[in-house]
Amino acid sequence: MEASQQEFLQHLLNGVTLGSIYALIALGYTMVYGILQLINFAHSEVYMMGAFAAYYTGRSLNLDQSPGVLSFIILLVAAIVACSVLGLTIERLAYRPLRKAPKLNILITAIGVSLLLQYSAQIIFGAEPKLFPEVLADRTLFTVAEVEVRTLDITIFLVGTLAMGGLHFLIHHTRLGMAMRAVSVNGPVASLMGINVDRIIMWTFVVGSSLAAVGSVLVGLKYPKIDPLMGMLIGIKAFVAAVLGGIGSLPGAMLGGIFLGLSEEMVVAYLSSTYRDALAFGILIVVLLFRPAGLMGTPVREKV
Amino acid sequence: MSDEILLEAKKVGMEFGGLKAVDAFDLQLRRGELVGLIGPNGAGKTTCFNCLTGVYKPTSGEVIIRGVNTRGLKTHEVSRLGMTRTFQNIRLFKELSVLDNVIIAGLQHARQSVLDDVLRHPRHYVEEARTRERALELLRIFNLEGKADLPSSSLPYGEQRRLEIVRALATEPRVILLDEPAAGMNDKETEDLMHLIAQIRRDFRLTVLLIEHDMRLVMGICERIIVLDHGCIIAQGTPAQIKCDPAVIAAYLGVDEKTTEAT
Repeated sequence: MEASQQEFLQHLLNGVTLGSIYALIALGYTMVYGILQLINFAHSEVYMMGAFAAYYTGRSLNLDQSPGVLSFIILLVAAIVACSVLGLTIERLAYRPLRKAPKLNILITAIGVSLLLQYSAQIIFGAEPKLFPEVLADRTLFTVAEVEVRTLDITIFLVGTLAMGGLHFLIHHTRLGMAMRAVSVNGPVASLMGINVDRIIMWTFVVGSSLAAVGSVLVGLKYPKIDPLMGMLIGIKAFVAAVLGGIGSLPGAMLGGIFLGLSEEMVVAYLSSTYRDALAFGILIVVLLFRPAGLMGTPVREKV
Repeated sequence: MSDEILLEAKKVGMEFGGLKAVDAFDLQLRRGELVGLIGPNGAGKTTCFNCLTGVYKPTSGEVIIRGVNTRGLKTHEVSRLGMTRTFQNIRLFKELSVLDNVIIAGLQHARQSVLDDVLRHPRHYVEEARTRERALELLRIFNLEGKADLPSSSLPYGEQRRLEIVRALATEPRVILLDEPAAGMNDKETEDLMHLIAQIRRDFRLTVLLIEHDMRLVMGICERIIVLDHGCIIAQGTPAQIKCDPAVIAAYLGVDEKTTEAT
């Protein structure tokens, strides 16, 4: 096989890995948007807190001394619990009191919560980066067509796929998911049908935050330096992925995430790494200009 | 017990920024009754429904459902007291299938926890079969069974209206409020609907409060009629009494006579 082809396959693999992380986080944005029509800007900080929860859990249990699948699962659980509690708290304290307020007020609140968490984290954890516990050794597992497939790539891809598969099951094959869909189509009517909308919103935050938690542990393993501002850029990119896929659409968020991950990897590989971040915003501008409803979204007709 | 009061409104008032949409609305709905609420456009009928069902918090007065004062209750809690409604402009869960629309309304009676559901406890399968069967049974009564798996938005208009009633029934209500169920229907459909309302009322032992513009429907099936104008009750009584009431004729029938004849 030619070297250039092999390189391309390697970039493809990296792009999909990166993309599944974007997708995991994008799902949190899109789920909350689907139910509340709110861009939850604090979502990226929930993700950041997940990484720190996993970091402190790993450190206090000395998990980097005993690497393996069990340690990895412990980190996941710790991050999921911490993110769920944080997500619920944000919803209860910041968003619920504003449920009937104009959307702009809630949006500004979301930005406020995001900043509050970023800077609180800098005070509590310190601004200097920390080294995420290395619980999975990144070995080359096997080589296909001269492409090295490494432990972390496979883990990220598998865990990401499992999490998204789990979400699909939840949304389409459980009562809770059915209630979530009903609330997202029409909350007031759902409540008239006896559905406790507040409870469904809480579950939405739990599920969305848990996906961010999974994403944070995966990122921690792949790029082990974590710091209180780590959520900013990845959060914005995941948000772009959600908009690209069509905000409110779950398959859209997954597709948008993978698409963005792949494009970034290809830009870095074949153009220049300088354009990496510009690309995400370029995509956002193009989507907003030409297809504001996104790839999978349905256009909203404004009543006049 | 037939004179048990299931729904009671005491001096309910609703203001929007100083504008009184409903003023001192009194209502006593006894078990098994079928009462019509009529009035010209903008008289406040739908606002009344919204106050009764907890969609609006009335600015004054009280709503009591089966002995429970609904003040401070959330909409879903009011629904769980056994009162439900349909909408003037159809509000189905459009993206969802016909069957799912009905199942959702029955969720409040599910005897399984979220964990049973997600982890597929045996209880989940029992419960799943039970609610599904119940939903299909309701659809069967309304001749919608064959369309259970279609998206609800694909149904023709008249069937969407019927589906709204099915969905409302799936909440297992004691009292049902129908907001212009015959809106947009032709004579034949309205006729069928009259029989249907009478039938479900009998079969499900329902108490019905009905908002309707179609005078034939109201006069045909309601035992008692309340007439609303400018947010106030201007008359109530049997259809015969309402037909001759001068205040009603002036406010409603007189003004609306042409359109009534035309339909």
